[in-house]
Amino acid sequence: MTAIVAELLAGAKRPIGRADQMLDVAEWAAAAYARFDHRAVDAIVCAAAEAGHAKAAALAEAAVKETGFGVVAHKTLKNQMTSRGLYEHYRGQDFCSKRVRAADKVVELPRPAGVVFALTPSTNPVCTVYFKVLLALMTRNAIVVSPHPLAKECSAEAARTMAEAAERAGAPAGVVQVIDEPNLALVEHVMASPRVQVILATGGAPMVRAAYGSGNPAIGVGPGNAPVLVDATADADAAARRIVESKSFDNSVLCTNESVVIAEEAVSDKLAAAMARYGAVMVKDDEVAPLRQALFGAGTFAVDLLGRSAATIAQRAGVRVPASAKVLLAPIDRVGLDEPLSREKLCPVLGFIRVPHARAGISMARALVRMAGAGHSAAIHSRSSETVMAFASALRSLRIVVNAPCSQGAAGYGTHLAPSFTIGTGFFGRSSVGENIGPEHLINWTRIAYPDDASEPMGDFAGLEPWTSLGPLAGGREAPMSLGVLQEGAPPRAPKTAHAAPRAAAIDEMAVLREEIRRLVQDELRRALRS
Amino acid sequence: MASPEKQQFIADSIQYWNPGKTQAWQDMQVDLVIDRRQGYFLFDMDGRRLIDAHLNGGTYNIGHRHPELIEVIERAMTRFDMGNHHFPSLGRTALAKELARICGGDMHYTIYGSGGGEAIDIAIKTARHAKQKRKIVSVMRAYHGHTGLAVCAGAERFSTLFLSDRPDEFPQVPFNDLDRMEDALKGRDCAGVIMETIPATYGFPMPVPGYLNEVKRLCERYDALYIADEVQTGLMRTGTMWGYQRYGVQPDILVTGKGICGGMYPIACVVVREPYAGWLKQDGFGHMSTMGGAEIGCLVAMKTLEILERPTMVAHVNYVSETMRNGLGRIMDLYDDFFVGIRQCGVVMGLEFDYPEGAKPVMKHLYEHGVWAIFSTNDPRVLQFKPGVLMSAALCEELLERVERAIGLARAECLGGARGRLKSAA
Repeated sequence: MTAIVAELLAGAKRPIGRADQMLDVAEWAAAAYARFDHRAVDAIVCAAAEAGHAKAAALAEAAVKETGFGVVAHKTLKNQMTSRGLYEHYRGQDFCSKRVRAADKVVELPRPAGVVFALTPSTNPVCTVYFKVLLALMTRNAIVVSPHPLAKECSAEAARTMAEAAERAGAPAGVVQVIDEPNLALVEHVMASPRVQVILATGGAPMVRAAYGSGNPAIGVGPGNAPVLVDATADADAAARRIVESKSFDNSVLCTNESVVIAEEAVSDKLAAAMARYGAVMVKDDEVAPLRQALFGAGTFAVDLLGRSAATIAQRAGVRVPASAKVLLAPIDRVGLDEPLSREKLCPVLGFIRVPHARAGISMARALVRMAGAGHSAAIHSRSSETVMAFASALRSLRIVVNAPCSQGAAGYGTHLAPSFTIGTGFFGRSSVGENIGPEHLINWTRIAYPDDASEPMGDFAGLEPWTSLGPLAGGREAPMSLGVLQEGAPPRAPKTAHAAPRAAAIDEMAVLREEIRRLVQDELRRALRS
Repeated sequence: MASPEKQQFIADSIQYWNPGKTQAWQDMQVDLVIDRRQGYFLFDMDGRRLIDAHLNGGTYNIGHRHPELIEVIERAMTRFDMGNHHFPSLGRTALAKELARICGGDMHYTIYGSGGGEAIDIAIKTARHAKQKRKIVSVMRAYHGHTGLAVCAGAERFSTLFLSDRPDEFPQVPFNDLDRMEDALKGRDCAGVIMETIPATYGFPMPVPGYLNEVKRLCERYDALYIADEVQTGLMRTGTMWGYQRYGVQPDILVTGKGICGGMYPIACVVVREPYAGWLKQDGFGHMSTMGGAEIGCLVAMKTLEILERPTMVAHVNYVSETMRNGLGRIMDLYDDFFVGIRQCGVVMGLEFDYPEGAKPVMKHLYEHGVWAIFSTNDPRVLQFKPGVLMSAALCEELLERVERAIGLARAECLGGARGRLKSAA
């Protein structure tokens, strides 16, 4: 077609129209999928997870290539953890069947949200897509993914990989979909759509706020800025190893990464020396200013240094470090607005500050979180339960990771928190959920409640499964069972009476005959009337 | 009861527009005067909302006033008007290329009409030119439009009325009857067979398995072209772009109208296999139509096709059709002494009622219950039931609820008794 015709056809409503059609199909798919039982759902989740796992390395490479953020090996690991790893973590759990609480005379039926709209970031693109898709599949929701434009190709590929595997394993057509060409206007349109039941927003603060402003239920996450306190009781060497491991992981693009090390004087030298052994480089006092300038010279964090290696950042700042440097430590003397290096840094640069005692450290950590990262994560390396308790209760943080790498630990890896790539920042962090997001956040429960009066017995629900054992519900209207696949043949009904059978040929011949007779009679009448 | 304004309007329509047609609807107790339209809804001039399950034969397949069609018309109007039909034009050639791509094979040339009837005439003329024979076989009680040739291929009610019937040139045979078809063709004096893939006005009787393929084989054997009238069965209504694809038949000539214009800007198209489009080379001015292929209509058609080709479309129409099929099946269980059959292919549906002209009371009760669906002119036991391909899950559910109530009331009216033998829904 000519450029003129193409231009006339390319109106602003095209992407919106396409997205609306996606939501329509997602809605249908959700209706169908909501009737699946746990066994079928498990097979689908497993298939999607395995397909994602098989492409973990390839898509990690694609993500680094497309975005320039992070480390291929670490992204591969994250992609594996959010595919097969996530499946295995939730394997035994059933979000599809009824729960009978006989003592309370309550039966609970899990109700999927319906259509989940997932915003995914550029920093952790593939693993966040994997994570959200599997969460939706576990809970019998349909999901539409809108990736960050910087990572749209690898994210779309990730979503399609799982979508195809899920459909091959029997999931309804359209249960997982992805917007290939996301843009702000389109995302705002979809977020506000009445077809969307919940928005899972991971991304920058403006996007998360927009999700909450859409009028639809949203689960958004605020930014992080995790302090890590190392007190005098800590095993300095182990703390150093964990902090470096955490901060260098995927070049620190996880929002759970440590931002500033707060070291009690008594242990600070030992800690710094140990961190150096593990690959951290303490920059000299006169190198702090150029580093600050490189990272925050423009007033906000330099996005082009996001997820870059320590060596790249040092080079940009004009600081000489060995190529093997994993983390840059920047000695600072305060936290707050007047020290930009105490802000969130999604790159392997750590502030390093000394405090005279643990109590001062707690105040310092509190100040850091007050500035940014409320409701998110913090870490402490200590053997004193008292200090841990004081730290946890003083900070407006909802995850306190003890003696572990914060990047991984707060995200549920190596701790018993829920493994998650969407960190609920709760009321402190202007979010609706304060935990690591998991499948339980994508369902509500219908609760059947009997009176507490002992004279009214509870019904017997043994053997009754809400969607699978009852046949078509609501007049067969609520859920298409063909899963969006073409159905051939007669309608779903055994003929009960002779005349009910839709025997095409016979009926048609009879109808033709009847018509012929009727026409003849009418012609006869007409002629009779005319004469 | 209609408002005084509406009563006056209906009286005016009888006086100035079409007394017979206007009165016929009043006699059937359907006093519909459509005012505003939006999506799959019609709003009567008194403000009453109706779900449109007639869609004017699929004209509003993707809904009324689709926002993307409105936008493309507005954009096109900044540059184009209908155009000059003598010259190559940006819109016409672009749409023809799209149709060639979509139809595939050697379905190569597109000829434009301003409406379905004209397009059928073009198809018939093309077949006659290609085969240098006059006869066109069609199906009894069929409907292909009201223009000079199309009307002859349809039920004679409309041709004899205007003394326009030409029975010698237009032999007609019953649908699904291969013997009669072969009888009509075996003299080798027919230029072509024209048939709707599923005859709409006859209440969508389904072709028996193999019927259409066998008709095509008979055409090949007896040197006739197969003309597929896809006006009502095309454009994803059967789950594939063209109904014939569902049956594995390759026509020689395809006619598409109604839905291709999105109900917004009239256009109809004839797509012809390369070997049979000879007249376009011999005398390209052979058929002319000032408004056929109006350029804005071409852009609307392209947008309509684009919408229908989106990756979500197949699943969407399959979801709608299956939900309808399940839900209607359950309603048939409730009233199985009255509602006796569902003819269905995708969202092309005919509902059979075991009562003389049974679809008319059903239509009336549907109308009273906020649904507009029309009986089959040529088999009034059958209601044409045509949900839109882009219907939402919630709207399908609402439509089925209304249909259930209306069929129950129609059954009571026809067979007596307060309600049908209500059975357990389980």
